Amino acid sequence: MSGESGGTAETHMSDLLRSRRDAVLGRWVELVTEGTRGRITEREVRTELTELYDLVERALGDDDGTTGGELRAALGDISRNRARQGFSPTETATSVYALKRAVHEQLKESGDERGHAGFIEFSAYIDELGLATFEAYAAAREQVISDQAEQLLELSTPVVKLWDGILALPLVGTLDSARTQVVMETMLQTLADTGSRYAVIDITGVPAVDTEVAQHLLKTVMAARLMGAECVISGIRPQIAYTIAALGIEFGDIVTKASLADALEHALRGSGLRVVGGTDA
Amino acid sequence: MRQIPILKIGELLLVSIQIDLQDQTVVALQEDLAEEIVRTGARGVIIDISAVDIVDSFIGRMFSTIAAMSRLMDAETVVVGMRPAVAITLVELGLSLDGVRTALDLEQGMRLLESSLGER
Repeated sequence: MSGESGGTAETHMSDLLRSRRDAVLGRWVELVTEGTRGRITEREVRTELTELYDLVERALGDDDGTTGGELRAALGDISRNRARQGFSPTETATSVYALKRAVHEQLKESGDERGHAGFIEFSAYIDELGLATFEAYAAAREQVISDQAEQLLELSTPVVKLWDGILALPLVGTLDSARTQVVMETMLQTLADTGSRYAVIDITGVPAVDTEVAQHLLKTVMAARLMGAECVISGIRPQIAYTIAALGIEFGDIVTKASLADALEHALRGSGLRVVGGTDA
Repeated sequence: MRQIPILKIGELLLVSIQIDLQDQTVVALQEDLAEEIVRTGARGVIIDISAVDIVDSFIGRMFSTIAAMSRLMDAETVVVGMRPAVAITLVELGLSLDGVRTALDLEQGMRLLESSLGER
């Protein structure tokens, strides 16, 4: 049995893990499955944990630490998956810590006094692994957040065609440098692709215009002008007009209109088109 | 250094830049263009930069100089086909190409010049 072979504490634990493999692993899977409340099946948990268990067992046994790296990589994968599936940090870390409980129960059952010294070291090792899990989890969440921010950026900058040669950019949300850059690039590219002469930037959905936002808008308009297109800024609400005037922001000779309809009319007239009413057209 | 060809179409001169611009090339172009405007009595100049990837501040300013120079000789300048990336660069550099008219492509540029020449 494990008691006789014990050299160092670590090999002692490694022996215990090997000899009572089924009992410890079974209890571990049980504990973790309980914690996931049915979000992943027991079978999946078993596959994941069996792999981990083998690695932990080998990592405790070998001295050069090569298995340690493998173990960390496997843990990283699991934590990343958990983060994407929406598990909380506690739930993720608990799946590692549950191993301690499973081992401790087995240790008590076996009544082996010498095992306790080994268990303390083992426990410290598992704590370390738990922290590694946590770190991987946090990194995965950061990744999710930055991915979403990028998607949001793409979502929020559509370029729509209002008429032949007239584009519109309905801007919603705060304009910052990064967004202006995206807006500018998409707009200029679409101008070049479609050969449109007019672009209407509608800022109805922009909550506030300060000097910075105005600066960004001016840059976009200037760039469009360099390419040979005219930009009209529309959707300037009364309070925004008031702010712009109060801040003393100069829009120079850039055409600004109160509503998108006015801007469209301006662009249509500039293209030599006229909207005619009546049934006898 | 390679020379940039200047083509005459009716009352207009067409300069189509197909190579990466260097400072000397642009200076030479400026001189050639001035002579050509006088020789042909052109009323308008179209500079097509749709194939140009990189424009620095010197070349950007050169467009303004060419426009000012042509205007003195009663010819209007239109820069056509500027790429989005180039436009963004110029704006970031703080150049607005004062006095230079722009159009999206050659066709629109010619229409722009024709209509403004027709008014005179």
